[in-house]
Amino acid sequence: MAMKRRTFARHMREGLKNIGRNGWMSFATISAVTMLLFVIGSFSVLMLNANSFISAIENEVEIRAFLELDTDSDEQQNVMQEIANASEVEEVRYLDREEGLDQFIDSLGSEGEVYESIRDENPFNDALVIQASDPELTENVAAEVNRLEEIETVEYGASILTQLFTVTNYVRIIGGVFILGMLFTTIFLISNTIKLTIISRRDEIQIMKLVGATNRFVRFPFFIEGLLIGIIGAITPIAILVTGYVYLYEFLSTQMPFITMLEPFPLVWQVSALLIGLSIIVGIWGSQMSVRKFLQV
Amino acid sequence: MRILSLSLIIWIFSMDVRFLIDMKRVRKSYPNRVQALNNINVHIGKEEFVYVVGPSGAGKTTFIKLIIRELKPSEGSIHVNGTNLGDLTEKEIPYLRRKIGVVFQDFKLFPKMSVYENIAFALEVIEAPANRIKERVMEVLDIVHLKDKARFYPSELSGGEMQRIAIARAIVNHPAILIADEPTGNLDPETAWSIMGILEEINNRGTTVVMATHNSHIVNNLRKRVIAIDDGRVVRDEWRGAYGYEA
Ligand SMILES: Nc1ncnc2c1ncn2[C@@H]1O[C@H](COP(=O)(O)OP(=O)(O)OP(=O)(O)O)[C@@H](O)[C@H]1O
Ligand SMILES: [Mg+2]
Repeated sequence: MAMKRRTFARHMREGLKNIGRNGWMSFATISAVTMLLFVIGSFSVLMLNANSFISAIENEVEIRAFLELDTDSDEQQNVMQEIANASEVEEVRYLDREEGLDQFIDSLGSEGEVYESIRDENPFNDALVIQASDPELTENVAAEVNRLEEIETVEYGASILTQLFTVTNYVRIIGGVFILGMLFTTIFLISNTIKLTIISRRDEIQIMKLVGATNRFVRFPFFIEGLLIGIIGAITPIAILVTGYVYLYEFLSTQMPFITMLEPFPLVWQVSALLIGLSIIVGIWGSQMSVRKFLQV
Repeated sequence: MRILSLSLIIWIFSMDVRFLIDMKRVRKSYPNRVQALNNINVHIGKEEFVYVVGPSGAGKTTFIKLIIRELKPSEGSIHVNGTNLGDLTEKEIPYLRRKIGVVFQDFKLFPKMSVYENIAFALEVIEAPANRIKERVMEVLDIVHLKDKARFYPSELSGGEMQRIAIARAIVNHPAILIADEPTGNLDPETAWSIMGILEEINNRGTTVVMATHNSHIVNNLRKRVIAIDDGRVVRDEWRGAYGYEA
């Protein structure tokens, strides 16, 4: 039994009208949606940034394997090839001793100038700079490389690294749990608010049924209403989040360039899509769940 | 034997046609164990006009709720408009109710809808076209003399006006049966009689009318069939009966 077009139009009109007819309740529901989406949205943006920041740090973790002084360039080529072929290794780069010293001096900034005098007595050997395919494999890779006879010593921030990994894992787990918790709180709060509005409308639903309305006829306007409340509720948090993030990004990139945020686009659109999708699902789900209880007339 | 079974078939068949409302040995007790109706056998035919009278709490409203399948009987069978309500599935109930116009004792108007929207709702349910809805709503508003109140909300109406809107909504669909629970309860005698005029006219056009009432004046002066219920039992069922109680 297909629904007639005019009935569909009627349900759309009715759903829209119902938002006005139940003014305060609609306002309360929309406000609840708005507030919670705002919290979820800001938290997601924060988490995404923290996550990318952590990944960036992790990816900078590299192993420096200093070659024995007596290796010739053939041997160096071979050992480099051997390391590059290992599946745990992402990338191997050759760093000659001059370059190594330059980097070292650079990293010290103005204090590095005193070392300019020791250029002739360069303490560095030629080295291989290795990046593990997964930052967490760094320790293993370093141990393996150290075992090769062409390698004299291996350097990497061992203790800092393990600390970093435990911290980042905690941050991610706590963040994930927090987002999940927010999600359930939202769904619970919104469905509760909608339930309240519908309890106040159970008489209406009963009359509809007694006048000969089918369940579908009763439900459809509620469906539209939930959809609209979801959409309306998402507008404000999305507007604030998009403008706020773009503004903050520009502010930080000029005032505090050392803090790197994710590019605002397309990130803000992705988060907006997530929010609107979430609020529509919650709006419809909430309204349909609660109307169901009163249809038995 | 053959003649007997043939006449039996004819009898059963004709019964279905003759009786729009047919209750057999119906008993209804509420979950709180109040026995509202007991052993009710009532047959109401096409185009009849029936008063259901009885003191408050006798079971009149319960009787009506059983007909529109708002309630299920605890025992016995009910046929309405040829349908056995016992066989009715959840999905078929709305289609039964569309054939019955009901004026509820408490009106049951939608409080947040205007008078116009209240009446139009019954037509939207049957998916009537928009221009037909407009035309028909104004028609029934004219019948109950409330054309000028179309934009009002129920809270802005008097009790008698709400009652007439309830009547307008009940008849808007040209139902086969019109059930009115105390349709003159809140009205002055003059308006009450104009309502009776409307019900009679609807009845003359072929609609079966069942009216629960306390109004002895009307029952005694506009003589119709009277079914008297007392304490959940039919105590009297007379053609052109009197109210029979001192009101
Ligand atoms: N929902 C209910 N639950 C329990 N008992 C009920 C319910 N509705 C009605 N009753 C009881 O059933 C009996 C019949 O009630 P009903 O409403 O049918 O009376 P009535 O004849 O319509 O009375 P009135 O003239 O006052 O409208 C009463 O004793 C009433 O208390
Ligand atoms: Mg009653």
